[in-house]
Amino acid sequence: MMIEVDGVVKRFGSTRALDNVTLRGDRGRVLALLGPNGAGKTTLIRILTTLLKPDAGCARIGGLDVAEDAGRLRSLIGFAGQYAAVDELLTGRENLELIGLWYHLDKAEYRRRATDVLERFTLTEAADRLVKTYSGGMRRRLDIGAALIARPQVLFLDEPTTGLDPRTRNDVWEFIEELVGEGTTVMLTTQYMDEAERLAHEIVVLDSGAVIAHGTVAGLKDRLGGDRLEARVREAAVLGRAAAVLGELAGTTPHVDPDRQLVSVPTKTGTAFLLTAARRFEEEHISLDDLGIRRPSLDDVFLALTGARATDREGTP
Amino acid sequence: MSFLVRDTIGVAKRNLLRIVRTPIMLIVTAVQPALLLLLFRYVLGGAITIPGESYVDYLVPAVFVEAVLIGGMTTSIGLAEDLKSGIIDRFRSLPMARPAVLAGRTLADLSRSVLSLAIMVGLGIAVGFRFHAGIGAIVGGLLLILGFGYAFSWMYITIGLATKDPESAQIAGILPFFVLMFASNAIVPVATMPHWLRGFARNQPLSVTVSAARALLEGAPATHWLWQALAWSAAILLVFLALALGLYRNAIE
Ligand SMILES: Nc1ncnc2c1ncn2[C@@H]1O[C@H](COP(=O)(O)OP(=O)(O)O)[C@@H](O)[C@H]1O
Ligand SMILES: [Mg+2]
Repeated sequence: MMIEVDGVVKRFGSTRALDNVTLRGDRGRVLALLGPNGAGKTTLIRILTTLLKPDAGCARIGGLDVAEDAGRLRSLIGFAGQYAAVDELLTGRENLELIGLWYHLDKAEYRRRATDVLERFTLTEAADRLVKTYSGGMRRRLDIGAALIARPQVLFLDEPTTGLDPRTRNDVWEFIEELVGEGTTVMLTTQYMDEAERLAHEIVVLDSGAVIAHGTVAGLKDRLGGDRLEARVREAAVLGRAAAVLGELAGTTPHVDPDRQLVSVPTKTGTAFLLTAARRFEEEHISLDDLGIRRPSLDDVFLALTGARATDREGTP
Repeated sequence: MSFLVRDTIGVAKRNLLRIVRTPIMLIVTAVQPALLLLLFRYVLGGAITIPGESYVDYLVPAVFVEAVLIGGMTTSIGLAEDLKSGIIDRFRSLPMARPAVLAGRTLADLSRSVLSLAIMVGLGIAVGFRFHAGIGAIVGGLLLILGFGYAFSWMYITIGLATKDPESAQIAGILPFFVLMFASNAIVPVATMPHWLRGFARNQPLSVTVSAARALLEGAPATHWLWQALAWSAAILLVFLALALGLYRNAIE
């Protein structure tokens, strides 16, 4: 186990930012902390990177306690916070070299690694320009690069792609996948389901400081009942008949959504069931706009888990 | 080389690069004492008479002290900015020696003080100031001034850590500066002030440092003021060093 968190509590005044959080993260895997704004994601990352002390409970990274072994622990980790913490008045290269120095690499080593990181994050051309001339995406890349300069065993990324354009976002995802391929353990926070879905082996869903679900992407989806067959009828008038057809085939009461003219039933047999249903709709002369197997998205999982609180989420980016 | 020393030099380098790359700040911190010097030398100084001494020789050592003090203000602002921007978070997540972030910054400050002081020495001489002491006393006087500035760097560090916000840091930093600078013997003799102010104005740290510096640069007997000035600087250094390190440990929590 690379990341171990046991019963961690953190209060700010009367706010319980973390309420008895327990979780595990395996070596060489990506653990995503998913949750709306204010869920406690940043607070947990700050505790694990030794920036905050927990009020109760304990946490270990690579077997080292965040409170007792903070000094040694810091050599194992890399951290890029929610806002890019790079120095505007230094060049990209100077930023990286200084971070390397503070990781106690020797000079030849940090210079070489700074060059490598710049190359890898396609910043070579901008390497000797002041960071204040960089775009948001370049800063973010430099920031993550700075977290990687000492080849940390565990990398903490707090909302690594928030505010990035889709292309840079994709680049960052690819960097993270590459790193994990090389054996780095990554813990990241995100508000985006697609990001968690793309990168995470394990997902921890936080809401109001508490872990409300923990599992693999597939596991969390299974909790919602797996795949569904979904049919969208062309005319609202035939919605009732379509529901009857699917209900009979599946042997359950279908879910009907009159607004979107949708009928859906759970299925375990996937495409075979799809073909049967298509044939029956044709026989019944029910015209469809769409028919397909739908896997629940993490959005569905998230909405189901966080329930009413999810409505708060709508307003946040 | 111990990591503390190496990390501190790294931080000093970072802050020096920042100082050099914001020339406007550098200019402001040099222009301010220069204006003060010119204002009192040529505009207001004519109205001030100092028994047994030319006013320019009286004024210039005080301007030296002011020049090393004013630069510290940018330190509290810069540190508050670093706290706000998350840079300090990053530093604290690194295995860097803890005091390096603050110690490196004060070293960068000291380098800037050396530069400001050099400029002011040049300017002082240009407006008629003369050293009347031996080289040993002159160097001693200048070092005393730099030491005073260094001790006050830690006060400005403490202000930056306590306010955590650049605007508040700026306001909080101006206050002690004005009190120390003007309720003092820096510009006019204390004897011209009301009685209730004289005790403070004569014995506060800036005044005794200015008195000691005047004596040293003048070649006059300096021991009386020198030990008081050194004691003040040492006390300020120790108190604010302890406060700053304590605040830094808890800065984010
Ligand atoms: N330094 C702090 N002082 C007071 N409250 C805080 C502080 N940091 C976080 N909080 C509160 O703790 C809760 C969790 O915040 P945070 O961990 O930043 O959430 P997230 O990163 O998931 O958006 C929020 O209610 C936030 O307002
Ligand atoms: Mg956050």
